[in-house]
Amino acid sequence: MLPPILRLLATPLPLPLVQGMAQASLTHILREHPGLFDRLGTFAARPIAISPTDAPFDFTLVLARRSVRVTRRGATPPAYATRICGPIVLLLALAEGRLDGDAEFFGRHISIEGDMETALALRNAAESIPLDFVRDLAPPWRWAQRPGQAVLGAVRRSLLEREGVPCN
Amino acid sequence: MQLICPAGTPAALRDAVDLGADAVYCGFRDETNARNFPGLNFSREELEREIAYAHSRQVHVLVAINTFMRAGSEALWERAVDDAVRLGADALILADLGLIAYTAERHPQARRHLSVQAGAANADHIGFLVEAFGIKRAVLPRVLSLTEVAALTREVPCETEVFVFGGLCVMEEGRCSLSSYATGLSPNMHGVCSPASHVRYRKDGEAMVSMLGDFTINRFGAGEAAGYPTICKGRFTAEGRDGYVFEDPVSLDALAHLDTLHKAGVSALKIEGRQRGRAYVAQVVKEIRRRLQSGSGAADGAEALRRMSEGQRTTEGSYDRRWR
Ligand code: SF4
Repeated sequence: MLPPILRLLATPLPLPLVQGMAQASLTHILREHPGLFDRLGTFAARPIAISPTDAPFDFTLVLARRSVRVTRRGATPPAYATRICGPIVLLLALAEGRLDGDAEFFGRHISIEGDMETALALRNAAESIPLDFVRDLAPPWRWAQRPGQAVLGAVRRSLLEREGVPCN
Repeated sequence: MQLICPAGTPAALRDAVDLGADAVYCGFRDETNARNFPGLNFSREELEREIAYAHSRQVHVLVAINTFMRAGSEALWERAVDDAVRLGADALILADLGLIAYTAERHPQARRHLSVQAGAANADHIGFLVEAFGIKRAVLPRVLSLTEVAALTREVPCETEVFVFGGLCVMEEGRCSLSSYATGLSPNMHGVCSPASHVRYRKDGEAMVSMLGDFTINRFGAGEAAGYPTICKGRFTAEGRDGYVFEDPVSLDALAHLDTLHKAGVSALKIEGRQRGRAYVAQVVKEIRRRLQSGSGAADGAEALRRMSEGQRTTEGSYDRRWR
């Protein structure tokens, strides 16, 4: 689970700010990894809801449109084809290929609702690209990249260690 | 004994190669192989690139073209064989007799392995295919005991390969119609058992219900480890009692028998799981390689492997068959 302090800090964040950050991150990741679409095929057009169970926001992605819509937990989220729920650190570790999706599902750490084909296509597409949130989400300015990556890397390491996920 | 590892994506193939596989098996992105899932498998370009990667590290690539050809669409399967040979595959894993004959005739130099899907479980069956089509290795079905594996390996005029870890298909391989009955799609013809298009999960309070088409397959209580929605591992009510009829949600783990398999003359050990993620491939390959090198059935990594398993439980399956 996300440390309570981070949850507390995230809760009052204004929705437009989270929306802007999420959209910028998605745009950047998709630009860095165009190979994702190759495996997603037509499933890229289906809305996918990512619902971190320990964070106050839901994220609904339509990858073909390169768009994400953030809603507060409890508000009605946009319609989705597939919804993937689980602790945020596990979801991010899955996306980076550090954990096996089936094993997390067997252990009941994540759950999936709706269209399973889309969920599988997303999993396999994410597995086939070298996603690395520290590298991909570091600040774009050259001078800030090294310190940015160092801070993000330390945060990731500590969050993964809390969940017992190997970090190498 | 060679270690044969699964790869559903180029990234998983590279992990397997880097972590100690002797050979990796994979398939094309269509119904010519028994793991035809959305977003999985290799394009022709990817296969060519990854074969070069594997060969540069002295690792072989085996291409599974192991579903049965559909009448009128044979060209799809034949093209897969032609392309795999052209791209430099070290062996083709085949099940359909017609396709085996086609390969033997058109590509006599290509090494041919008999897929587990062919369900060849006796020496006469395998011996005939070796003689008729030059089969070099037979992957044995997961329905044989260790004694039977040893006897068969002694008798057949080719190498044998056995599954030692991963998903467990409890029926005679290549002959199961359960998925077909529920969804119209089968592992043998379409490359999918319990296709994702027909699978649904729904919450029922704290429980999770898995459905395949119109059938409820299982209901997992709060915190209870889950499994795939395959009918063979569904929970049924029979004679007034609830329970598993064919098999529990569980994975195969025969790692305690590596020594016995070695003494029996088995040539290759196979890991199931082309549909699994890179983390599974990495963990399982590393652990089995470690055990093969240390020559012991040391159980250090057993807990990690158990957590990777369906229902978070493992079985020795038929290898330790006590009901006959
Ligand atoms: S239903 Fe079970 S036995 Fe039949 S093909 Fe699927 S996994 Fe194998």
